[in-house]
Amino acid sequence: MTRKDLAQKAITKPSPLGENIDLEAYSPDTQEKPYIPNPGNLTTQEKQCMFKAGVTPDDRSQKAATFIQMDHSVIHSSTNQDGLELSSTAQALKKYDWLDDYWWHIVNVDTDKFTAYTELYPNNGYFIRALPKTKVTQPVQACLYLSHNNLAQKVHNIVIAEEDSELHIITGCTTAPMISSGLHIGVTEVYVKRGAKVTFTMIHNWSPQAVVRPRTGIIVEEGGIFLSNYICMKPVHSLQMYPKARCVGENAVARFNNILVAPAGSTMDIGARIQLEAKGCHAESISHAITTGGTIFSRGYISGSAPDVKGHLECQGLILCERGTIHAVPELEGQVSGVDLSHEAAIGKIAEEQLQYLMARGLNRAEATTAIVHGFLNVDIDGLPPQLSAEIKKAIESSEKGLF
Amino acid sequence: MLKIENLSVEINGKRILHDLNLTIGPGETHILFGPNAGGKTTLLMTIMGFPQYRVTQGRILFKGKDITRLTIDERARSGIGIAFQRPPVIRGVKVSDIARSCLQGKEDGKVMETVAAQLNITELLGREVNLGFSGGEMKLSELFQLAVQEPALTLLDEPDSGVDLVNIALVGNAINKLLQGSAGLIITHTGYILNYVNAQKGHILFKGKLCCELEPQKLLATIQEYGYDKCAECPKCRNSSL
Repeated sequence: MTRKDLAQKAITKPSPLGENIDLEAYSPDTQEKPYIPNPGNLTTQEKQCMFKAGVTPDDRSQKAATFIQMDHSVIHSSTNQDGLELSSTAQALKKYDWLDDYWWHIVNVDTDKFTAYTELYPNNGYFIRALPKTKVTQPVQACLYLSHNNLAQKVHNIVIAEEDSELHIITGCTTAPMISSGLHIGVTEVYVKRGAKVTFTMIHNWSPQAVVRPRTGIIVEEGGIFLSNYICMKPVHSLQMYPKARCVGENAVARFNNILVAPAGSTMDIGARIQLEAKGCHAESISHAITTGGTIFSRGYISGSAPDVKGHLECQGLILCERGTIHAVPELEGQVSGVDLSHEAAIGKIAEEQLQYLMARGLNRAEATTAIVHGFLNVDIDGLPPQLSAEIKKAIESSEKGLF
Repeated sequence: MLKIENLSVEINGKRILHDLNLTIGPGETHILFGPNAGGKTTLLMTIMGFPQYRVTQGRILFKGKDITRLTIDERARSGIGIAFQRPPVIRGVKVSDIARSCLQGKEDGKVMETVAAQLNITELLGREVNLGFSGGEMKLSELFQLAVQEPALTLLDEPDSGVDLVNIALVGNAINKLLQGSAGLIITHTGYILNYVNAQKGHILFKGKLCCELEPQKLLATIQEYGYDKCAECPKCRNSSL
């Protein structure tokens, strides 16, 4: 059966998680957008939306590469570094025959109706590749932007970090401010080859009626490191993703950090599914979740099928309102002796003891609350270059302003 | 500086302090001794205004003003500071963040850095507060925050417990310096702190009541000799209605 056949068969297959979405409620087509050689020429409003998703079209000198897709059109793609390849996946597929081996290799095309829809009606996506031994220290920024109301945007992205390379990606997904609804499906397949390192920071800035279904898969080879940071602090009607990472080589590492804030009307169902399949692999998934009225499912699954692997799941949840839901669903599966898997979850309001401690230093209750929430969201993430760390903090701080 | 009149305090409906009176003059340091569960921490927490310590009778005057109904932060801003015995961990909040708040816009970060260097805790500034701190680091971090806050009345809950012999001198000297411009009320079990601070008066808090007032070293010597059992026989303590 061809991929297309599999996709056709799965086009009505619901996802086991998240609200069932009617794909036909969204328009599949929109007009093409022109290519913009200098994204600094985008409108102020467009740039502001991108900035909230961690993407700075004006400041490309501090970035190794910049990719911007608006609706279905790649409107900008440029690189500043040798050994780093960036293009739309459509272009890359034309250029490299071998890319077919990477296409739907980690994520199954018939996973659900969203993957099927992306195969049948694809709209570009980015191809990022670091050649062997290339250390790309400045971040690569990629923006997926929805500007057309009620549009379905379906992108298929491929990231390849060849052996001993290093890649730091910020991917910002956002809607234009006037958009009331839209559907974003992002299939992303990440290959971290032997000894390579990839940090993948995704910042989402959706509109309150948006529906978002990322479908991500990662393979980490021997000695490779994959570090994911996911930040969503803005309203979104329904967001569901459960990226799956397979650590297949010895001493491979996969770490996920999620920072989530769900306002009333938002449902976020986020997790990380990690399989430790070789000796000495290491995994961690840590979520910091705040509800101000919305619903958050924080899922996690780690399996260990080889000796000397270590995995830890953690969910810290704060309920900052009278009614809001945080539901932690941790799963651990050890299959051989010598695995070390653990989980930890705590959900509640801000501890009175912490508030009083800060009040004893002269902060009033509101100031103390702000300080604690700020700290809760700004937990230091190890392994990021300082510039990326600073940018994440900036993005979190700008989102925090809307919290109180 | 501080005047406590006929103070009675309950926690969860259980009376802990009963009709307690205490006056601390400007620049005076008082030491609070007493058996475990005698109400020492309750007294400090009540002065600081923690709402779980419910005042059922009496009042607390600070700088001549009745503060009995003020919130914790209002008392802190009016000049009362406390070092906690077991301060909580607050993830993501750094020691320097709290110190900056203590400064309340008074000064720039230089004050903070200077004080931190004096206490030899510069390395702690960038750490999440109390996370993985040793006993000594915790005490020094508390004293650092107070030194930046510069309170007119300093409340210290067992600043000498859990501190090793090397750090006790650092802690003791820091407290001594802190109390140069401040009145103080210090809880101690061991009395180590008396080697470093010049305290004028010592009290025994026994069964919710202050029952002795003596020069602190003498009081400590008496306690060391007789324990608190003698207090039970003392007419002052026997008068306690608890």
